[in-house]
Parts: sequence; C-alpha cells; structure tokens
Amino acid sequence: MNDQQLWLIPALPLAGFLINGLFGKKFPNILVSIIAVASVLGSFAWVLKTLGALGDLEHAHVEHYLTWIQSGPVNIGVDLAVDRLTAVMLLVVTGIGSLIHIYAVGYMSHEGGYYRFFAYLNLFMFFMLTLVMGANFLLLFVGWEGVGLCSYLLIGFYILKKSAGDAAKKAFVVNRVGDFGFSLAMFLIMVQFGSLDFQKVFEAVKPLPVDQTPGILTAIALLLFVGAAGKSAQVPLYVWLPDAMEGPTPVSALIHAATMVTAGVYMTARAAVIFQHSPLAMDVVATVGLITAVMAATIGLTQYDIKKVFAYSTVSQLGYMFIACGVGAFSAGIYHVVTHAFFKALLFLGAGSVIHALSGEQDLRHMGGLAKKIPITFAVLACAWVAIAGVPPFAGFFSKDEILLAAHHHAPWMYWVGVITAGMTAFYVSRAMFMCFFGSYRGHHHPHESPFVMWGPLAVLAVLSLAGGWYFKVPHYLEPVFPVAEGHHDETLVYISVAAGVIGIGLAALMYLIKPGLPDTISGALGPIYKLVYNKYFVDEVYDATIVNPMVAGSRGVLWRIFDAGIIDGIVNGTAVVARTVGGGLRLLQSGNIRSYAAWVTLGCVVVLLALGVMSGGVK
Amino acid sequence: MPTTVPLTWYLILSAILFGLGVAGFLFRRNIITVFMSIELMLNAVNLSFISFSYKWRQVDGHIFSFFVMVVAAAEAAVGLAIILTVFKNRSTLAIDEVNSLKN
Repeated sequence: MNDQQLWLIPALPLAGFLINGLFGKKFPNILVSIIAVASVLGSFAWVLKTLGALGDLEHAHVEHYLTWIQSGPVNIGVDLAVDRLTAVMLLVVTGIGSLIHIYAVGYMSHEGGYYRFFAYLNLFMFFMLTLVMGANFLLLFVGWEGVGLCSYLLIGFYILKKSAGDAAKKAFVVNRVGDFGFSLAMFLIMVQFGSLDFQKVFEAVKPLPVDQTPGILTAIALLLFVGAAGKSAQVPLYVWLPDAMEGPTPVSALIHAATMVTAGVYMTARAAVIFQHSPLAMDVVATVGLITAVMAATIGLTQYDIKKVFAYSTVSQLGYMFIACGVGAFSAGIYHVVTHAFFKALLFLGAGSVIHALSGEQDLRHMGGLAKKIPITFAVLACAWVAIAGVPPFAGFFSKDEILLAAHHHAPWMYWVGVITAGMTAFYVSRAMFMCFFGSYRGHHHPHESPFVMWGPLAVLAVLSLAGGWYFKVPHYLEPVFPVAEGHHDETLVYISVAAGVIGIGLAALMYLIKPGLPDTISGALGPIYKLVYNKYFVDEVYDATIVNPMVAGSRGVLWRIFDAGIIDGIVNGTAVVARTVGGGLRLLQSGNIRSYAAWVTLGCVVVLLALGVMSGGVK
Repeated sequence: MPTTVPLTWYLILSAILFGLGVAGFLFRRNIITVFMSIELMLNAVNLSFISFSYKWRQVDGHIFSFFVMVVAAAEAAVGLAIILTVFKNRSTLAIDEVNSLKN
C-alpha cells in the first residue's frame, strides 16, 4: 500500500490547537482565526487529496504508525484507516467543520475568550478525526473520550454562567454512563477475540453463528449500544443534549448536531457485523431509536427556545438513525447522518444568525416578522426547513425515505410510528419558522443582518441541504461496506411519508399563521397532557429524585460525613493524637536537669545489668 | 604471695567507691563536688581494671587504666576551666542554677 500520510488529517487541527492554545492569548483575533480556519481547511484539503489518490476504496486502506501497547498476545497500534464509511464521515466532519469554523469567526467576534474558543474547536476536530479514522476500538475510544472532553469545555464556554457550568457537568457525567458500557464492551471483545483491531475482530465474528439466544455477542452489542446511547443522546441518556445548548451556537451546530452526536451511529455502523449477529441487540437498538424519535419530537412541539426546539429535533433525528441501524439499514443510517449534518448544522447556524441579529434573544415568542428584516438568514433557513420536513427532492427526503422503507420491511408498525414522527418533525420546524419569520415582530431589539463571513457558510450549507441528498448517493457508495438493505421501493409508502410532512407543515401554518389563537385553545383543551410534554415529561425531575438526589445525599451523609470525615480523617487525626500524647509523655523526661539525666542513666544501667543477670541465670 | 587479698575484696571496694561517686554526682549541688565524684567513679573503674589485670596476669587492664588517667587529666583541665568561667559569669557554683539552655 502506498503511504498517504493519513496522520496529517488529524495532526493539522492538533497543531492549530497547540498554537492557539499556547500562544493565542497574545495573538490578535484575526491571526487566531486564520490559524484555526486554515488548519481545518488544510485538513479538509488533505482528505480530498487522499480520497482522490486512494481511488474507489473497495478495501480499507490502513496505515500503521507505532505500537502503542504490547503485552503478551495483546498488540494495539496507533493505526489509522480509511474505508468508504470513514471517507463519508471524514468529508462530513472536515467539510462541515470548515464551514462552521468560518461562521464562528463572525459569530464569536464580539465574545471574550476568542482564542480559547478556537483552540477548543480545533482540539475537537482532532479528536473527532481520530475517532473516525482509528483502526481499532481503543483508538476510537481515545477520540470518543476526547470529543466528550471538548464538548464539556465548549458547553461550559461561558464560564461565568452557572447554568453553562451545570450543563457541561451534566453532559460529562451522563456521557460517563455510556462510556462505562463502551469500556465493558471493549473488555469483552478483548477477552473473546484477543484483539481490538476492527479487521481482526470482524473477521473473527463473521463465521460465528447468529446469537439466537442471548450470548456473548449480544452482550458486546448491547454494551456498545449503551456507549452509543450516551454519546448520541438516546433514551434514557438523552437528557444532556438539550442542556448542551448553553454553549455558543457554532458549538451546538458542530458538536451537538452535525458531528459528535453522530459518533454513536458511526460506531454502531462500524460494529455492524457484531450487531448483525444479535437479533436481540438489533431490536433493542431499533426500539430505543423509535422511543427516542417519538418522545423528543413531542417535546419539540411545545418548546419556545429556538435552540431547544432544534436540540430536541436533533435527539429525534438521532433516534431515526438508530431505527435505521436497528432494522439493519446501516447505510441508510449513515445517509441520514450526512443529510442531517447538512440541514441541522444549517438550522443551528441559522438560529445563531437570528440570535445574533436580535442580540442574544432566543425566545420564539419575542420574534416574528423577521423574514423582511433578515432576508438572507430567512432564505437559508427555509432551505433547511424543507430539507428536514422531508419535502422531495431535498436532502432530508431521501435519507428519511430510505429509513422508513427499511423500517417497513422490518415491521410495518415501526414505519407508521416513523411517519407520525416525520409529521411532528415537519410541524415543529414549521412552527419555529412561522413564529420566527412570519407575522409581526414582537421583540424590542433592532434586528440586523449577519456579516458575509456568517451567511457565506450558510449559503453553502443551504445548497447542500437542497441538493445534497440527491447528489450524494451515500447508500450506493457504502455498498461494499454494508450488505444492501433488502426491500423494494414502494411508491405508496413514499407518498404517505411525504404527505405526513406536508400535513405537518399545513397544520403549523393553520395554527400559527391563519388562526393565531388556535394553539392556546388546543393546549388549554389538552391541559395536563400539554403540561406533561411542555415540561419534557418531567424526566429531569424524575432523574433528580431517583438518581441525583439520593446520590448527593449519600455522598454527603455517608461518604463525606461518615467515611471521609469519620474514617479517613479519623485515621489521620488519630495518628497525630497518638504521636502527640506519646511525645507529651516523653517530654517530661527532658527536664533539662543534668542530675535527673544521670539518675536515668544509672537506673538504666541497673535494669540492664539485672536483666543480663536474670537471662544468664547468674542471680540465684 | 602467702596470703593474697582475694579479688572479691578489690571489686567490692571498687563498687563502693563507684556507688559513692554516683551518689555524690546525683545528690550534691556544688559543681566542684560533682566533678570530684566523677573522678571518684573513674578511679573506682581503674581499680577494677587493675584488679582483673593482676588476677588474669594480662597487661590490658593496665593499659586501659593509663588511658583513663589521661582522659581524667584532660577532663580535669577542661572542666576546671569551665567551672572558673561559670563562676566568673554567674557568681555561683550551684549546678541547678546553670540551666539557661533549658526551654
């Protein structure tokens, strides 16, 4: 194999991180931006060059750099690999990453900690690229943990806001639960197959029989999925993602919509061979995906914070991707990763543009009528809108369609739930759009259009959202990696899902344009149900009551008061007290009186002599 | 030697002298008396060295006692000098009052 210097792809953003992180404080903002953007663009260019040089990539191209761990039969190397799946992810990560870096130059221009922001963003790119290029589970895990760290740092970017710090901690802690599952899965793989290399493990799994009754492969698959559920915000570990919107908007777009949260889907697709050997695990993946998709979509219907709406939308779309994986249509899942990256990055960046225009206002109730005031932002957001709503022939339509068809082939009821969710998706996005851009302006800021550096990347993303699904035939490209999903193309099913999207848009238009009083009437009529959904099913409160509070109380009552203050401190203080008491006793001997010393010496001599006498039996 | 004084007697005398020295060292307050008590102890030890040396017909004990005498002489020279200086500075020879190092 010819050497393609794959290491350059992650190394460039790492260099950007080191330069900006170490010296950025003294640099002017313009220099920081140039370094940050150039490193990611360079990485993107290198990806293009590499993919061009590698040709059709029927087989994975692996490059071995050094041996990391060598212990007995265990041999783990720093190996980077590119196959078609990685190629798709690389293009998404570096491509969207570059656009968002450019956008952030404009968005963050008024913020403090400018160099810190770009240093973290570059570090994130490094870890994300390590994640998708690592040729073994451990290297993937390095990237996995690294992006988690960057996510934590960037959610808590506004370090003076308590809510940002809390959200960052929440994301970190919830992700640990998933990482725990992932670690256990790696241990099991290690024990079972003696290697963590993707190639070796998957070669070893392939000839094994499918786990009809739950066996070791089911355990591995389920534990891997626990990891994926943490990173990709699935029920019951999704709670961190909506809170993660405390971070700056480019971060929400890059990390919490387009790339990092899809790492779980990528990992599931990467380990597709293992999942395919366990029908039970596949069912769990599909069911969890379905529950997540429905639950998050319903919450999205009621939120007023524009970023929260899109956050729940992200959770819901991630659910879709897992439905695809769970029904065996991995390529459709990755397809949706790609199209979702286009339109969700665009939605977030567009929302950021709106927020920027309104000097920080995020509440939909204080927007309205902005279509005329910020026309470019409206135009690009409209592209994302039709893309996510599944209107043909735009990006979301193709991938969602693939998923729904695969779901129908697997189990028709999944298809119908998916269609209803698609309708809700169309509804809540339309609702946000109508509340934001139509009607009359309800706020009191003076909206201003964003600079070119911000809407330029938006325009590129808008083109991708419109044409990306039709132009990039991801499932076809991924055929060598994943077996072709069975199922014939059924026109009726396509019409039904499109109709659901159109009905969603129409309903939103009816409720928020034509009859503005209707939403209040409906929410009033639904009363308790509306309250339940509006408060996000009280999941956070339930977690607080069942997990967080007992944990805090236990830590405070048992671990702190009893164990730490009682036992640990007790041992330390006890040692000191014993030493002091003994010392205090011995101190009395040191009278400073020379004759008392002499007396002690004499006494000592007498005692020693007597002892010697007794021991030798001399004194009788 | 028709009638030799038995070794035990020498040792008992040595022990008595040593005990007196110890008692003097412990209970007297005058520095000079304490000093003399030390000399007494040294000489008591010398006596037992000589006695054993005589008893076992070996010269080692003699050599030891010479060393002890040398040390005692040197000690007397230094010790008396210290005592003189102490008396000059403090106008007292009471050993309990020379305790400025305490605390």
